[in-house]
Amino acid sequence: MPANRRLIERATRTGIFLLALAPFGLLAFDTLTDRLGTNPIETVTHRTGWWALTFLLLTLAVTPVRQLTGIGWLVKLRRMLGLYAFFYASLHFGVYIGLDQFFAFDYIVEDIMDRPYITVGFTALVILTPLALTSTKRMVRRLGGRRWNRLHKMVYVAAVLGVLHFLWLVKADILEPAIFALTLGLLLSYRLVTSGLRQLRLRRAARSAARPASLRAQSPAAEGSAGA
Amino acid sequence: MLIRRAPEIKESEVTDERLYVDRRRFIRTAAGAGAGLGLASAFAPLLACEGDAGDRAGSASDQEEELTPFEDVTTYNNFYEFGTDKSDPARNAHTLRTRPWTVTVEGECSKPGTYDIEDILGRHPAEERIYRLRCVEAWSMVIPWMGFPLSDFIEDLQPTSNARFVEFRTLYDPEQMPGQRRAVLDWPYVEGLRMDEAMHPLTIFAVGLYGKVLPNQNGAPIRLVVPWKYGFKSIKSIVGIRFVREQPMTTWMTSAPREYGFYSNVNPEVDHPRWSQARERRIGEFRRRPTLMFNGYADQVAHLYAGMDLRKFF
Repeated sequence: MPANRRLIERATRTGIFLLALAPFGLLAFDTLTDRLGTNPIETVTHRTGWWALTFLLLTLAVTPVRQLTGIGWLVKLRRMLGLYAFFYASLHFGVYIGLDQFFAFDYIVEDIMDRPYITVGFTALVILTPLALTSTKRMVRRLGGRRWNRLHKMVYVAAVLGVLHFLWLVKADILEPAIFALTLGLLLSYRLVTSGLRQLRLRRAARSAARPASLRAQSPAAEGSAGA
Repeated sequence: MLIRRAPEIKESEVTDERLYVDRRRFIRTAAGAGAGLGLASAFAPLLACEGDAGDRAGSASDQEEELTPFEDVTTYNNFYEFGTDKSDPARNAHTLRTRPWTVTVEGECSKPGTYDIEDILGRHPAEERIYRLRCVEAWSMVIPWMGFPLSDFIEDLQPTSNARFVEFRTLYDPEQMPGQRRAVLDWPYVEGLRMDEAMHPLTIFAVGLYGKVLPNQNGAPIRLVVPWKYGFKSIKSIVGIRFVREQPMTTWMTSAPREYGFYSNVNPEVDHPRWSQARERRIGEFRRRPTLMFNGYADQVAHLYAGMDLRKFF
């Protein structure tokens, strides 16, 4: 049974790794075969940005899906999806710098400083960078679980800024960025609700822990979880 | 209501597409030869306008700029009535029925009425105008339009002295224009010009491009082209014109008043609140090029805005 499960796990991870690479492969293919349309740089910029946001939201979906389905090993996909988000975001930024602006740094600096949608998009990438750099097991160990966790909570900020970036750049039709915003909203509310429930449980446990010793003896489990 | 029928214009009188193509090749050759003498801009209108080129000189001053390929001009369009992706109009605009088609004229003029498109086309032979088109999204094209000066059309209608602005309206029909089924903009699309802008010789009603009948996705059967303003001012598939006293409220002004003003002249010094207008990507080119004041037509149109604060009247 465990051997079987390991196989499914590995097949899933390899499958998702390859699937996540497909948008990049398609982009490369379209570039080489001149299928990027009338404004190729715009197409590449939009596509890489779209995939960066999509992977960011997929990364944030791992925990809810894991908890709701009870499939624990899904957590192992999180790093890969997060790194893909960073990969596409870096491509997106690289295309903007090297192709769209052609290294015109005075314009790039002006964009980043003065144009809110670029400011927030750039900030999101800046936030994602240390998260990508500390994604290895060694870095988790070096930072220590709690500090690592605190740092990686910044992914929520990056996701909000990333969606804002999209929302603020469209002219009139906000449907697509609104779908991203709604999805992000759901993923974040899930966390608010579960952490709220956890708080509630902890407080109840703490209250029962404060009760006289005679009563406390009846709920040893509560004491245990309060300390965890 | 007056419906004027088309005077007989025979199929044989319609200029053959090959003729246009040949003619342009000739224009280009001529322009190339005359470029050194500064004659380049004089040739095209001379050949195109049959005589009265004088006040139109410079209207097709783009002989040395490469034309944007037909394929790009007709597959990369902002025409939200057929979807908000720039590839949508080419895919969806086949549902537009451009015949029968009428343009209703109302307001401050002596000849209001409903004019049949065939009549309009019959009265105003199309000439070629090669113009730069600068989109507010910071990309641009060079397009060989077929059309006629809007001033010729307006003169026939005899606007009164009360007519200070002209308002244009696009067809509203969600059956034909699937993009109108969603309230992305406040339909129907409305645009406007000040009277002197409308009467300016550069301003045309386009009915074709590349010597062909205007494709639906480019605003068939009749659209405005105002080359010194951002593309969205050049309203497509026009069914209504109104001469008015007050400055009309346009669709984009309604949608985002802080971002789109009535004038919307191409101006590299006045940025869109969200992005720079200093440079643009010419379709087909890799590096951005600087955007020119009034899209390069400053010599012809800057006087219209003398003394105006273009930051205030953006």
